[in-house]
Amino acid sequence: MSGGTETDWASLMLAVRDKQDRNAFAQLFRHFAPRVKAFLMKAGSDAATAEECAQDVMATLWQKSHLYDPARASVATWVFTIARNRRIDMARKARRPEPEAVLWGPDEEPDQADVYQADQETKRLSAALADLPEKQRALIKRAFYGDLSHSEIAAETGLPLGTIKSRIRLALDRLRQKMT
Amino acid sequence: MTIRHHLSNPLLMAYAAGNLSEAFGLVVATHISLCDECRARLETFEAVGGAVVDSADTVAMADGSLESVLARLGPQDAAPAPRKRGFFPAPLADYVGGDLAAVHWRPLGMGVRQAILPTARGASARLLYIPAGQAVPDHGHRGTELTLVLQGAFRDESDRFGVGDVEIATEDLEHTPVAEAGMDCICLAATDAPLRFRAMLPRLLQPIFRI
Repeated sequence: MSGGTETDWASLMLAVRDKQDRNAFAQLFRHFAPRVKAFLMKAGSDAATAEECAQDVMATLWQKSHLYDPARASVATWVFTIARNRRIDMARKARRPEPEAVLWGPDEEPDQADVYQADQETKRLSAALADLPEKQRALIKRAFYGDLSHSEIAAETGLPLGTIKSRIRLALDRLRQKMT
Repeated sequence: MTIRHHLSNPLLMAYAAGNLSEAFGLVVATHISLCDECRARLETFEAVGGAVVDSADTVAMADGSLESVLARLGPQDAAPAPRKRGFFPAPLADYVGGDLAAVHWRPLGMGVRQAILPTARGASARLLYIPAGQAVPDHGHRGTELTLVLQGAFRDESDRFGVGDVEIATEDLEHTPVAEAGMDCICLAATDAPLRFRAMLPRLLQPIFRI
Protein backbone atom coordinates (compact mmCIF):
# COMPACT_ATOMS: atom_id res chain seq x y z
CA MET A 1 0.00 0.00 0.00
CA SER A 2 1.56 3.28 -1.08
CA GLY A 3 -0.61 5.62 0.97
CA GLY A 4 0.78 8.33 -1.29
CA THR A 5 -0.83 10.56 -3.85
CA GLU A 6 -1.13 7.77 -6.42
CA THR A 7 -3.64 5.75 -4.41
CA ASP A 8 -7.01 5.50 -6.16
CA TRP A 9 -9.30 6.75 -3.41
CA ALA A 10 -12.42 6.68 -5.59
CA SER A 11 -12.09 2.93 -6.23
CA LEU A 12 -11.56 2.28 -2.52
CA MET A 13 -14.62 4.38 -1.66
CA LEU A 14 -16.72 2.56 -4.28
CA ALA A 15 -15.58 -0.76 -2.77
CA VAL A 16 -16.79 0.50 0.62
CA ARG A 17 -20.09 1.70 -0.84
CA ASP A 18 -20.88 -1.24 -3.12
CA LYS A 19 -19.09 -4.20 -1.50
CA GLN A 20 -18.85 -3.22 2.18
CA ASP A 21 -15.08 -3.75 1.81
CA ARG A 22 -13.50 -3.31 5.26
CA ASN A 23 -9.93 -3.48 3.93
CA ALA A 24 -10.67 -0.59 1.57
CA PHE A 25 -12.17 1.25 4.54
CA ALA A 26 -8.99 0.67 6.58
CA GLN A 27 -6.87 2.20 3.79
CA LEU A 28 -9.14 5.24 3.59
CA PHE A 29 -9.01 5.55 7.39
CA ARG A 30 -5.19 5.50 7.52
CA HIS A 31 -4.99 8.29 4.97
CA PHE A 32 -7.92 10.53 5.87
CA ALA A 33 -8.47 10.15 9.65
CA PRO A 34 -5.16 11.91 10.58
CA ARG A 35 -6.01 14.73 8.14
CA VAL A 36 -9.52 15.13 9.53
CA LYS A 37 -8.07 15.20 13.06
CA ALA A 38 -5.61 17.92 12.03
CA PHE A 39 -8.41 19.84 10.26
CA LEU A 40 -10.66 19.75 13.34
CA MET A 41 -7.81 20.89 15.60
CA LYS A 42 -7.09 23.81 13.25
CA ALA A 43 -10.80 24.62 13.47
CA GLY A 44 -10.45 24.92 17.24
CA SER A 45 -10.97 21.44 18.75
CA ASP A 46 -8.73 20.05 21.47
CA ALA A 47 -6.89 16.81 20.62
CA ALA A 48 -9.25 14.46 22.49
CA THR A 49 -12.39 15.93 20.87
CA ALA A 50 -10.74 15.94 17.45
CA GLU A 51 -9.78 12.26 17.87
CA GLU A 52 -13.36 11.32 18.81
CA CYS A 53 -14.86 13.39 15.99
CA ALA A 54 -12.41 12.09 13.38
CA GLN A 55 -13.50 8.55 14.36
CA ASP A 56 -17.15 9.60 13.98
CA VAL A 57 -16.42 11.18 10.58
CA MET A 58 -14.83 7.95 9.32
CA ALA A 59 -17.72 5.85 10.69
CA THR A 60 -20.16 8.19 8.87
CA LEU A 61 -18.17 7.72 5.64
CA TRP A 62 -19.02 4.02 5.94
CA GLN A 63 -22.59 4.35 7.12
CA LYS A 64 -23.72 7.04 4.66
CA SER A 65 -21.67 5.83 1.70
CA HIS A 66 -24.80 5.92 -0.50
CA LEU A 67 -24.44 9.72 -0.50
CA TYR A 68 -20.99 9.53 -2.15
CA ASP A 69 -21.24 10.51 -5.84
CA PRO A 70 -17.84 10.07 -7.52
CA ALA A 71 -19.00 12.02 -10.58
CA ARG A 72 -19.40 15.17 -8.48
CA ALA A 73 -17.06 14.96 -5.50
CA SER A 74 -13.61 13.55 -4.82
CA VAL A 75 -13.20 11.37 -1.72
CA ALA A 76 -11.33 14.25 -0.06
CA THR A 77 -14.27 16.57 -0.77
CA TRP A 78 -16.77 14.01 0.53
CA VAL A 79 -14.68 13.59 3.70
CA PHE A 80 -14.49 17.37 4.08
CA THR A 81 -18.30 17.76 3.92
CA ILE A 82 -18.78 15.09 6.61
CA ALA A 83 -16.12 16.73 8.83
CA ARG A 84 -17.72 20.15 8.32
CA ASN A 85 -21.15 18.83 9.33
CA ARG A 86 -19.62 17.14 12.39
CA ARG A 87 -17.98 20.43 13.35
CA ILE A 88 -21.37 22.19 13.17
CA ASP A 89 -22.99 19.44 15.29
CA MET A 90 -20.20 19.83 17.81
CA ALA A 91 -20.92 23.52 18.24
CA ARG A 92 -24.56 22.46 18.95
CA LYS A 93 -25.66 26.00 18.33
CA ALA A 94 -27.57 25.52 15.10
CA ARG A 95 -28.98 23.04 12.64
CA ARG A 96 -27.59 22.99 9.12
CA PRO A 97 -30.31 23.31 6.47
CA GLU A 98 -29.34 20.95 3.61
CA PRO A 99 -30.42 21.33 -0.03
CA GLU A 100 -32.59 18.60 -1.54
CA ALA A 101 -30.31 15.74 -2.57
CA VAL A 102 -29.73 15.02 -6.26
CA LEU A 103 -28.57 11.41 -6.41
CA TRP A 104 -28.35 8.48 -8.79
CA GLY A 105 -31.11 5.92 -8.51
CA PRO A 106 -30.24 2.31 -7.69
CA ASP A 107 -30.22 1.30 -11.36
CA GLU A 108 -28.35 4.32 -12.71
CA GLU A 109 -24.66 4.98 -12.42
CA PRO A 110 -22.44 7.86 -13.61
CA ASP A 111 -20.21 7.25 -16.63
CA GLN A 112 -16.97 5.56 -15.67
CA ALA A 113 -15.05 8.32 -17.45
CA ASP A 114 -16.45 10.86 -14.98
CA VAL A 115 -15.66 8.85 -11.90
CA TYR A 116 -11.93 9.51 -11.59
CA GLN A 117 -12.03 13.15 -12.70
CA ALA A 118 -12.93 14.54 -9.30
CA ASP A 119 -9.97 12.92 -7.50
CA GLN A 120 -7.63 14.25 -10.20
CA GLU A 121 -9.09 17.72 -9.75
CA THR A 122 -8.52 17.64 -6.00
CA LYS A 123 -4.84 16.90 -6.66
CA ARG A 124 -4.60 19.80 -9.10
CA LEU A 125 -6.50 22.06 -6.72
CA SER A 126 -4.18 21.14 -3.81
CA ALA A 127 -1.21 22.04 -6.03
CA ALA A 128 -2.84 25.33 -7.06
CA LEU A 129 -3.54 26.10 -3.39
CA ALA A 130 0.14 25.47 -2.57
CA ASP A 131 1.16 27.85 -5.37
CA LEU A 132 -0.92 30.78 -4.07
CA PRO A 133 0.83 33.62 -2.26
CA GLU A 134 1.01 32.78 1.45
CA LYS A 135 -1.44 35.50 2.51
CA GLN A 136 -4.12 34.35 0.06
CA ARG A 137 -3.67 30.66 0.93
CA ALA A 138 -3.96 31.48 4.64
CA LEU A 139 -7.24 33.35 4.02
CA ILE A 140 -8.77 30.40 2.13
CA LYS A 141 -7.72 27.98 4.87
CA ARG A 142 -9.14 30.26 7.56
CA ALA A 143 -12.44 30.40 5.67
CA PHE A 144 -12.65 26.59 5.68
CA TYR A 145 -11.66 26.33 9.34
CA GLY A 146 -14.77 28.42 9.97
CA ASP A 147 -12.92 31.58 10.97
CA LEU A 148 -14.39 33.98 8.40
CA SER A 149 -17.96 35.23 8.00
CA HIS A 150 -19.47 35.71 4.54
CA SER A 151 -18.78 39.44 4.73
CA GLU A 152 -15.10 38.73 5.44
CA ILE A 153 -14.71 36.28 2.55
CA ALA A 154 -13.28 37.69 -0.69
CA ALA A 155 -15.28 37.21 -3.88
CA GLU A 156 -12.21 35.88 -5.72
CA THR A 157 -10.18 32.95 -4.42
CA GLY A 158 -7.39 33.17 -7.00
CA LEU A 159 -7.91 29.44 -7.67
CA PRO A 160 -8.78 28.05 -11.13
CA LEU A 161 -12.32 26.84 -10.39
CA GLY A 162 -14.03 27.30 -13.77
CA THR A 163 -13.42 23.82 -15.18
CA ILE A 164 -14.48 22.14 -11.94
CA LYS A 165 -17.74 24.08 -11.91
CA SER A 166 -18.43 23.23 -15.57
CA ARG A 167 -17.86 19.53 -14.96
CA ILE A 168 -20.14 19.44 -11.90
CA ARG A 169 -22.77 21.35 -13.87
CA LEU A 170 -22.63 18.76 -16.66
CA ALA A 171 -22.86 15.90 -14.14
CA LEU A 172 -25.95 17.54 -12.63
CA ASP A 173 -27.52 18.02 -16.08
CA ARG A 174 -27.00 14.32 -16.86
CA LEU A 175 -28.51 13.35 -13.54
CA ARG A 176 -31.55 15.54 -14.14
CA GLN A 177 -32.06 13.97 -17.56
CA LYS A 178 -32.05 10.48 -16.04
CA MET A 179 -34.47 11.55 -13.34
CA THR A 180 -37.13 12.80 -15.73
CA MET B 1 -38.48 29.10 -14.28
CA THR B 2 -35.50 31.17 -15.41
CA ILE B 3 -33.42 32.28 -12.46
CA ARG B 4 -31.63 35.59 -13.08
CA HIS B 5 -30.50 36.54 -9.60
CA HIS B 6 -28.14 34.05 -7.95
CA LEU B 7 -26.26 33.64 -4.68
CA SER B 8 -22.92 35.44 -4.33
CA ASN B 9 -19.60 33.59 -4.09
CA PRO B 10 -18.91 34.76 -0.50
CA LEU B 11 -22.32 33.41 0.62
CA LEU B 12 -21.75 30.07 -1.15
CA MET B 13 -18.21 29.76 0.19
CA ALA B 14 -19.28 30.56 3.76
CA TYR B 15 -22.07 27.95 3.45
CA ALA B 16 -19.59 25.41 2.00
CA ALA B 17 -17.28 26.12 4.93
CA GLY B 18 -20.14 25.61 7.40
CA ASN B 19 -19.89 29.16 8.66
CA LEU B 20 -23.13 30.79 7.58
CA SER B 21 -25.87 31.60 10.10
CA GLU B 22 -28.71 29.09 10.23
CA ALA B 23 -31.20 31.63 8.77
CA PHE B 24 -28.96 32.47 5.80
CA GLY B 25 -28.17 28.77 5.41
CA LEU B 26 -31.90 28.13 5.04
CA VAL B 27 -32.18 30.64 2.18
CA VAL B 28 -29.05 29.17 0.53
CA ALA B 29 -30.26 25.56 0.86
CA THR B 30 -33.71 26.48 -0.47
CA HIS B 31 -32.31 28.40 -3.46
CA ILE B 32 -29.88 25.56 -4.28
CA SER B 33 -32.80 23.13 -4.25
CA LEU B 34 -34.17 25.19 -7.17
CA CYS B 35 -30.93 26.19 -8.92
CA ASP B 36 -28.33 23.78 -10.33
CA GLU B 37 -26.07 26.68 -11.34
CA CYS B 38 -25.58 27.66 -7.69
CA ARG B 39 -25.45 23.98 -6.65
CA ALA B 40 -22.51 23.49 -9.03
CA ARG B 41 -20.77 26.57 -7.59
CA LEU B 42 -21.42 25.32 -4.04
CA GLU B 43 -19.95 21.90 -4.84
CA THR B 44 -16.94 23.67 -6.41
CA PHE B 45 -16.30 25.49 -3.12
CA GLU B 46 -16.71 22.19 -1.30
CA ALA B 47 -13.97 20.86 -3.59
CA VAL B 48 -11.75 23.68 -2.29
CA GLY B 49 -12.56 22.42 1.22
CA GLY B 50 -11.54 18.95 0.02
CA ALA B 51 -8.22 20.33 -1.20
CA VAL B 52 -7.70 22.06 2.17
CA VAL B 53 -8.23 18.72 3.98
CA ASP B 54 -6.16 16.85 1.38
CA SER B 55 -3.19 19.15 1.76
CA ALA B 56 -3.55 19.51 5.53
CA ASP B 57 -0.90 18.40 7.98
CA THR B 58 -1.67 15.15 9.76
CA VAL B 59 -2.10 14.48 13.45
CA ALA B 60 -1.61 10.81 14.37
CA MET B 61 -4.73 8.98 15.50
CA ALA B 62 -4.67 7.33 18.95
CA ASP B 63 -3.51 3.71 19.28
CA GLY B 64 -6.28 1.26 18.51
CA SER B 65 -8.35 3.98 16.81
CA LEU B 66 -8.85 2.08 13.53
CA GLU B 67 -9.73 -1.15 15.35
CA SER B 68 -12.33 0.55 17.51
CA VAL B 69 -13.96 2.18 14.45
CA LEU B 70 -13.89 -1.13 12.51
CA ALA B 71 -15.58 -2.79 15.49
CA ARG B 72 -18.48 -0.33 15.43
CA LEU B 73 -19.16 -0.42 11.66
CA GLY B 74 -22.67 -1.72 11.20
CA PRO B 75 -24.97 -1.99 8.21
CA GLN B 76 -24.85 0.94 5.82
CA ASP B 77 -27.86 3.22 5.40
CA ALA B 78 -30.02 2.54 2.36
CA ALA B 79 -30.59 5.35 -0.10
CA PRO B 80 -33.86 7.06 0.87
CA ALA B 81 -36.73 7.20 -1.60
CA PRO B 82 -36.91 10.60 -3.28
CA ARG B 83 -39.36 12.93 -1.54
CA LYS B 84 -42.25 14.31 -3.47
CA ARG B 85 -41.87 18.07 -3.85
CA GLY B 86 -44.72 20.13 -2.47
CA PHE B 87 -44.91 23.91 -2.78
CA PHE B 88 -41.87 24.35 -0.51
CA PRO B 89 -38.50 22.78 -1.37
CA ALA B 90 -37.50 20.17 1.26
CA PRO B 91 -35.23 22.31 3.50
CA LEU B 92 -37.94 24.96 3.86
CA ALA B 93 -40.70 22.38 4.41
CA ASP B 94 -38.58 21.02 7.30
CA TYR B 95 -38.56 24.44 9.00
CA VAL B 96 -42.24 25.16 8.37
CA GLY B 97 -43.15 21.67 9.58
CA GLY B 98 -45.21 21.01 6.46
CA ASP B 99 -46.26 22.67 3.25
CA LEU B 100 -47.98 26.02 2.57
CA ALA B 101 -51.10 25.06 4.56
CA ALA B 102 -48.98 24.56 7.71
CA VAL B 103 -47.69 28.16 7.83
CA HIS B 104 -48.83 30.20 10.85
CA TRP B 105 -49.23 33.64 9.26
CA ARG B 106 -49.40 36.81 11.35
CA PRO B 107 -50.87 39.98 9.82
CA LEU B 108 -48.57 42.98 9.39
CA GLY B 109 -51.23 45.31 7.99
CA MET B 110 -52.38 46.14 4.45
CA GLY B 111 -52.80 42.44 3.68
CA VAL B 112 -49.10 41.72 4.20
CA ARG B 113 -48.46 38.67 6.39
CA GLN B 114 -45.35 37.11 7.86
CA ALA B 115 -44.36 33.92 9.66
CA ILE B 116 -41.11 33.85 11.62
CA LEU B 117 -39.26 30.53 11.32
CA PRO B 118 -37.36 28.96 14.22
CA THR B 119 -33.62 29.47 13.68
CA ALA B 120 -30.67 30.09 15.96
CA ARG B 121 -30.06 33.62 17.26
CA GLY B 122 -27.86 36.03 15.39
CA ALA B 123 -29.95 36.04 12.22
CA SER B 124 -33.62 35.48 11.54
CA ALA B 125 -35.71 33.95 8.76
CA ARG B 126 -39.33 34.48 7.91
CA LEU B 127 -41.88 33.92 5.20
CA LEU B 128 -43.56 37.00 3.73
CA TYR B 129 -46.90 37.06 1.95
CA ILE B 130 -47.51 40.20 -0.13
CA PRO B 131 -50.85 40.57 -1.97
CA ALA B 132 -50.56 41.23 -5.73
CA GLY B 133 -49.90 44.91 -6.43
CA GLN B 134 -49.19 45.69 -2.76
CA ALA B 135 -46.03 47.48 -1.57
CA VAL B 136 -44.08 46.43 1.48
CA PRO B 137 -43.50 49.62 3.51
CA ASP B 138 -40.28 51.41 2.65
CA HIS B 139 -37.54 50.04 4.81
CA GLY B 140 -33.85 50.11 5.23
CA HIS B 141 -31.92 47.48 7.12
CA ARG B 142 -28.82 47.09 9.11
CA GLY B 143 -26.68 44.21 7.93
CA THR B 144 -27.59 42.04 4.94
CA GLU B 145 -31.06 40.88 3.89
CA LEU B 146 -31.62 37.92 1.57
CA THR B 147 -35.01 37.57 -0.13
CA LEU B 148 -35.89 34.47 -2.18
CA VAL B 149 -39.07 34.51 -4.26
CA LEU B 150 -41.21 31.34 -4.01
CA GLN B 151 -44.35 32.52 -5.79
CA GLY B 152 -45.23 35.56 -7.92
CA ALA B 153 -42.69 38.34 -8.36
CA PHE B 154 -41.71 41.69 -6.89
CA ARG B 155 -39.96 44.78 -8.19
CA ASP B 156 -37.97 47.35 -6.32
CA GLU B 157 -35.66 50.23 -7.22
CA SER B 158 -32.97 47.78 -8.35
CA ASP B 159 -34.70 45.15 -10.53
CA ARG B 160 -37.46 42.55 -10.95
CA PHE B 161 -37.31 39.32 -8.93
CA GLY B 162 -39.28 36.25 -10.02
CA VAL B 163 -39.60 32.70 -8.71
CA GLY B 164 -36.22 31.29 -7.65
CA ASP B 165 -34.49 34.68 -7.75
CA VAL B 166 -32.68 35.85 -4.64
CA GLU B 167 -32.08 39.52 -3.83
CA ILE B 168 -29.02 40.29 -1.73
CA ALA B 169 -29.69 43.69 -0.15
CA THR B 170 -26.94 45.35 1.82
CA GLU B 171 -27.19 48.15 4.33
CA ASP B 172 -27.06 50.94 1.75
CA LEU B 173 -30.13 49.78 -0.20
CA GLU B 174 -33.30 51.60 0.81
CA HIS B 175 -35.98 49.84 -1.16
CA THR B 176 -39.71 49.55 -1.57
CA PRO B 177 -40.52 46.09 -2.90
CA VAL B 178 -43.85 45.98 -4.73
CA ALA B 179 -45.55 42.67 -5.55
CA GLU B 180 -46.43 42.38 -9.25
CA ALA B 181 -50.06 42.46 -10.25
CA GLY B 182 -51.71 39.15 -11.11
CA MET B 183 -50.41 36.88 -8.37
CA ASP B 184 -49.75 37.23 -4.64
CA CYS B 185 -46.05 37.09 -3.86
CA ILE B 186 -44.56 34.68 -1.32
CA CYS B 187 -40.92 35.11 -0.26
CA LEU B 188 -38.44 33.63 2.17
CA ALA B 189 -36.41 36.42 3.74
CA ALA B 190 -33.48 36.35 6.15
CA THR B 191 -31.56 39.11 7.85
CA ASP B 192 -28.48 39.11 10.05
CA ALA B 193 -29.48 42.29 11.88
CA PRO B 194 -31.85 41.96 14.85
CA LEU B 195 -35.50 41.95 13.87
CA ARG B 196 -37.01 45.17 15.18
CA PHE B 197 -40.50 43.83 14.85
CA ARG B 198 -41.61 41.86 17.89
CA ALA B 199 -44.96 40.28 18.66
CA MET B 200 -44.92 42.05 22.02
CA LEU B 201 -45.01 45.48 20.44
CA PRO B 202 -48.38 47.22 20.47
CA ARG B 203 -50.47 46.23 17.46
CA LEU B 204 -50.49 49.87 16.37
CA LEU B 205 -46.83 49.65 15.56
CA GLN B 206 -47.13 46.47 13.55
CA PRO B 207 -47.49 48.08 10.09
CA ILE B 208 -44.34 50.11 10.69
CA PHE B 209 -42.02 47.15 10.90
CA ARG B 210 -38.35 47.75 10.30
CA ILE B 211 -36.21 44.91 9.13
